[in-house]
Amino acid sequence: MKLFGYQLPAMSSLLVWGILWEAVGQLELTFFLPALSDIFVTLSEIYSTKPFIKALTETAQAFFLGTFFAISIGIPVGILMGKNRLIDEILLPWVNVFLSAPLTALVPVLMVLFGFGLKSIIITTALFAIWIIVLNARAGVKQINPSLVEMAHSFGASPMDAFLKIYFWAALPEILSGVRIGFIRAVKGVIIGQLLISIVGFGALFELYSQQFLMSHFWAVLLVLFALAFSISEFLASLERKVAYYAAKR
Amino acid sequence: MNIQTTSTNAVAVRNVFKNYGEVEALQDLSLDFPKGELTSLLGPSGCGKTTLLKIIAGLLPATSGEVIVNGKTVSGPGPDRAFVFQDFALLPWADVIRNVAFGLELRGVAKTEREAIAEKYISNVGLSGFEHKFPDQLSGGMRQRVGLARALSVDAEVLLMDEPFSAVDEQTRRKFQEDLLNLVKHENKTFLFVTHSIEEAVYVSDQIALLLPRPSRVSEIIRPGGFRDKDVDSIRRDPEYLDIVDRIWKSLRSYVE
Repeated sequence: MKLFGYQLPAMSSLLVWGILWEAVGQLELTFFLPALSDIFVTLSEIYSTKPFIKALTETAQAFFLGTFFAISIGIPVGILMGKNRLIDEILLPWVNVFLSAPLTALVPVLMVLFGFGLKSIIITTALFAIWIIVLNARAGVKQINPSLVEMAHSFGASPMDAFLKIYFWAALPEILSGVRIGFIRAVKGVIIGQLLISIVGFGALFELYSQQFLMSHFWAVLLVLFALAFSISEFLASLERKVAYYAAKR
Repeated sequence: MNIQTTSTNAVAVRNVFKNYGEVEALQDLSLDFPKGELTSLLGPSGCGKTTLLKIIAGLLPATSGEVIVNGKTVSGPGPDRAFVFQDFALLPWADVIRNVAFGLELRGVAKTEREAIAEKYISNVGLSGFEHKFPDQLSGGMRQRVGLARALSVDAEVLLMDEPFSAVDEQTRRKFQEDLLNLVKHENKTFLFVTHSIEEAVYVSDQIALLLPRPSRVSEIIRPGGFRDKDVDSIRRDPEYLDIVDRIWKSLRSYVE
């Protein structure tokens, strides 16, 4: 963006909000919002402590396992739905229902089904991420040029070849953007899981800090979470840009 | 069918019907494609010429009747046939050499071997130096050369070409037609060529099957004879060429709205 003829560096708006935050914090208008500098001081104090590292590891573990299942189930299912009319008709209503369903309300049910441990948290995370991944993979396959499929068929491609060498690559730009949105939803899923199922990980820290009114601790963990989610999302966006050269020409 | 015809025909279509629901796309169609020659399927749009080509390719099932390629009844795509697509059908995420080698890749040919073969056909179609370009970096004409090289590299006896030059500009198209004549002469293959251009069909074909709609059938088979051995430059001025173009137009004009 340009302002008064000057090219602003990327993420300048964050800087503006940061300064505003610092100012509001210094005025001590509300205990809810401590100064940003205080939050960073707190962060530097807690990031190497044992409880923080434990929370980070627990959260990362649940997050990556959950997204792993969401991707490895969601992408093939989405591709199959895009390829096969019958499978699509059968599954699409459910995918749409769960995409808009208040999954948080389902968490107690998951606890009854899968217990109070890591398993339920991973399933919650996967459930938050998977539906948009399915829908995007499906949309990617739907827009595939039918003559590419005919071409593969005419040169004797097996169904597996067609799946791996045509459908997957043709749908990859949509798949990646689905995975990116799915990952962001999974961040929400893992924290909700940790808050509602068993008080572990970052969820436990949020619970602890907010109950003790340790707002700068609360914000410090939130910033870490935001930074992690932002980096993952940017990494996936950079992958999307790598396939953009053919995305418009399929 | 006697032995004579099986040895001289690369492809034989026997009493093929094709219905799409109520619509009869092909009705009792029979046609022979002599080995080593180029046969055009020429006709107005809606006459089922692409449908027929796809049935021969094994991409579409016939409602009834049979297609025989080198003495064997077709039940699906096979290594004896290679298809050249109207819209090129190149993998946009793969470079030229992978696209050309893709048919061989699907047949499980090892990478170094298939790339050596692809390299040869890339140079045959005049694309040396473009091996690592991507389709979106090539012109329409060059993309179709890639499609042609891919079909040639699997070394099928029969080449099926579905309006291969309709998406390229006129100058490129003329160059392609000349190259195609050389290809027919030097590659020992049978070419099936779908086109809606009368001039193109007469220029490149050893045999022209004129297809007419309502109901779809072969109305006439024309074998241009006199000018086939002439220099490519003088064909378009040959009286026989002009006569055939005229005659085909007279048969077709009543089907043009």
